[in-house]
Amino acid sequence: MTFGEIKDFIASQFGPEVIVSENTDNLQPYLVLQTERLAEVCLELHDNEATYFDFLSSVTGIDNGPEAGTMEVVYNLYSIPYDHHLMLKVIVPRNNTTGKPIPVVPTVSHIWRTADWQEREIFDLVGILFKDHPDMRRILCAADWEGHPLRKDYQLQDYYHGIKVPYDQHNENSGFRGEPVKLTSHEDPFTDKREKPEA
Amino acid sequence: MNIPQDKTGEGGVIITKLDDLLNWARLTSLFPMGFGLACCAIEMMGAYASGYDLDRFGIIPRASPRQSDVMIVAGTVTFKMADRVRRLYEQMPEPRYVISMGSCSNCGGPYWEHGYHVVKGVDRIIPVDVYVPGCPPRPEALIGGFLRLQEIIRQETIREPRAVQQIMAKRMGKGMTNEELVMNNAESKTTEEAPEAANEKFSEGPTTSESGREQNPVV
Repeated sequence: MTFGEIKDFIASQFGPEVIVSENTDNLQPYLVLQTERLAEVCLELHDNEATYFDFLSSVTGIDNGPEAGTMEVVYNLYSIPYDHHLMLKVIVPRNNTTGKPIPVVPTVSHIWRTADWQEREIFDLVGILFKDHPDMRRILCAADWEGHPLRKDYQLQDYYHGIKVPYDQHNENSGFRGEPVKLTSHEDPFTDKREKPEA
Repeated sequence: MNIPQDKTGEGGVIITKLDDLLNWARLTSLFPMGFGLACCAIEMMGAYASGYDLDRFGIIPRASPRQSDVMIVAGTVTFKMADRVRRLYEQMPEPRYVISMGSCSNCGGPYWEHGYHVVKGVDRIIPVDVYVPGCPPRPEALIGGFLRLQEIIRQETIREPRAVQQIMAKRMGKGMTNEELVMNNAESKTTEEAPEAANEKFSEGPTTSESGREQNPVV
């Protein structure tokens, strides 16, 4: 099936309002779906014999930054028997203030098991919560890590378990390009009896 | 068959300093802990393998920190790994040495600016004896690091262990003379004697559970 045929298929199955927008200008055209209806559309695309998207190539989370105020999750579907592709997107508002809950997207891990760890990675690094995911916790960073490192406005921790995180004289070496290093907390030096040898 | 005794050295006597004997024993049987963190570990394995053959230096990887003398931090130390590295180091028996292999464990390497997850130098966690530069260092460089470590061990003496040497160097840096050092030691001794005197006083009186607790200043 071509992109247009798949789009018509989705519109006929779920109504045209499920497709928020589409982009056919680029080499890989994509559909933007309603966030809350993503899971049922994906299930139909997976199960229906006309489409049969049995392979989820990748799930990617994107942070568009505080100015844009949105975050995206991109799904690349592939059908091995039919050899056709489809790119789907959902766009969710980005919660700028830290007190607010992080954005929520329905999970597709019950349809494609490969989404399980990829959604955990997106949760870990970008900070998008996947609703009804069976095991929504960090996968790469340590369990007690603070913040989501691939967010545009991520602030480096000063100290992690008493270890200083920023490079010494970070700003001097980077030409003041990176984040300003302002240490607010105190160092907890390692408790080994032997001291570090003099340089 | 008659083998002359002076040729074999059998029954002969070797005279050496105890320092030299201990140092020789230590520096010719450096057992590193067998663990690697990143691509530097591949070069480390290459150095262990037959081509470079670290066995000929008496360097044999051990499977446990309890049996190891030296830790080769070969690769990127992430914050998730940092706690484990520190724990493994603490499990090693003294005397223990650390070789930091490669740019990542020396100073963070290519992750120094944007690597939120990388410890900017393993010397922020554990004390390092030898830094081996390179990204990754070739096996020759690692062997060079081991030879440097052997030189360090060769300088050691049991009369002045390195910790004592460092304390002395610090006091020398503060401008203290030798007499002042001795004076300081004497002062610390008198302060240590003070609780003992208190103990004697307590032991004269009736022994209660509270005084028993007081008698042991460690508790």
